[in-house]
Amino acid sequence: MRDKAKMNDISKSRPRRMDDGLGPTSDIGAKLRALYGAVQDEGIPEKIFDLLEKLDQAEKKSQTALKGE
Amino acid sequence: MATEAPSFKRELLATLPSLRAFAVSLSGKHDKADDLVQDTVMKAWAKQESFEMGTNIKAWLFTILRNEFYSQMRKRGREVQDTDGVFTERMAVHPPQYGVMDLADFKRALDGLAADQREAIILIGASGFSYEEAAEICNCAVGTMKSRVSRARTRLQGMLRIAGEADFGPDAVSTQVATQPSLTR
Repeated sequence: MRDKAKMNDISKSRPRRMDDGLGPTSDIGAKLRALYGAVQDEGIPEKIFDLLEKLDQAEKKSQTALKGE
Repeated sequence: MATEAPSFKRELLATLPSLRAFAVSLSGKHDKADDLVQDTVMKAWAKQESFEMGTNIKAWLFTILRNEFYSQMRKRGREVQDTDGVFTERMAVHPPQYGVMDLADFKRALDGLAADQREAIILIGASGFSYEEAAEICNCAVGTMKSRVSRARTRLQGMLRIAGEADFGPDAVSTQVATQPSLTR
C-alpha cells in the first residue's frame, strides 16, 4: 500500500511536457531512455551499498551513545 | 517504531540507479562513475541535515553529483578527456528494443554534442526532470536549459540523418560489425 502511494508520488512529479520532441513518440527520446535505462538496470555496485550501511551504522552508534549520556 | 517514516537512507537508495546512470553519462567510464556516486553518497550523507524530507531528493542528489563531477574535473585537468564516450562502450545490458548499429550511431551522435547540451537532453529526455528542475541542477536559467535541449535535439537529428545515409555508402565499415547480413538492410 505504501509502495503504491510512493509510485503515485513519483509519477505525479513526472513532468508533463507538451511537445519538446522528446516524448513517447520521439525516436531520440526513446533511444535516450533505452541507453539510460540499460545503465540503470545494471544494478548498484556492492561497495556503494556497503558504504551506505557503514554510514548508517556509524550514525546509529553515535545516536545511541548520545542518548546513553 | 517511530522510524517508519520515509528515511533519508531509503530515499537515497531509491534514487541510486538513476543517479548512477547520470554519472555514467557524465564521466563516460563505469569505474569513474561508480567512484563519483560513492563520493556523492558521502557528501549527501554528511549534509543530510540540509535536506528537507519530502522535497525533491532526486534533484538534490543530482545537483551534488554534478557539482562533484565538475569540481573533480577542474582539479584533474585534462585527464578527464579519457572516456569511453557517453554511456560507455561496455554497458552490461543492451537495450533489447534496438539493434546494435542503431544505438552505436546514436551514442556517437551524443558524443558529438557539446557537454552542456548533452547533459541537458539527458536530464530532460531520460532522467525525467522538468526544465525547472534541470535548470536548478545545472545552475542556469530555465530559458537556457530549454535552448540547450532544443539545440541538442536539432543537432542529434542532423547527425543521425547523416549517419543513416552513411550506412548505405562505401564507408560503412561499421556494417561489418553487424552479425547477421539480413539485418544490414
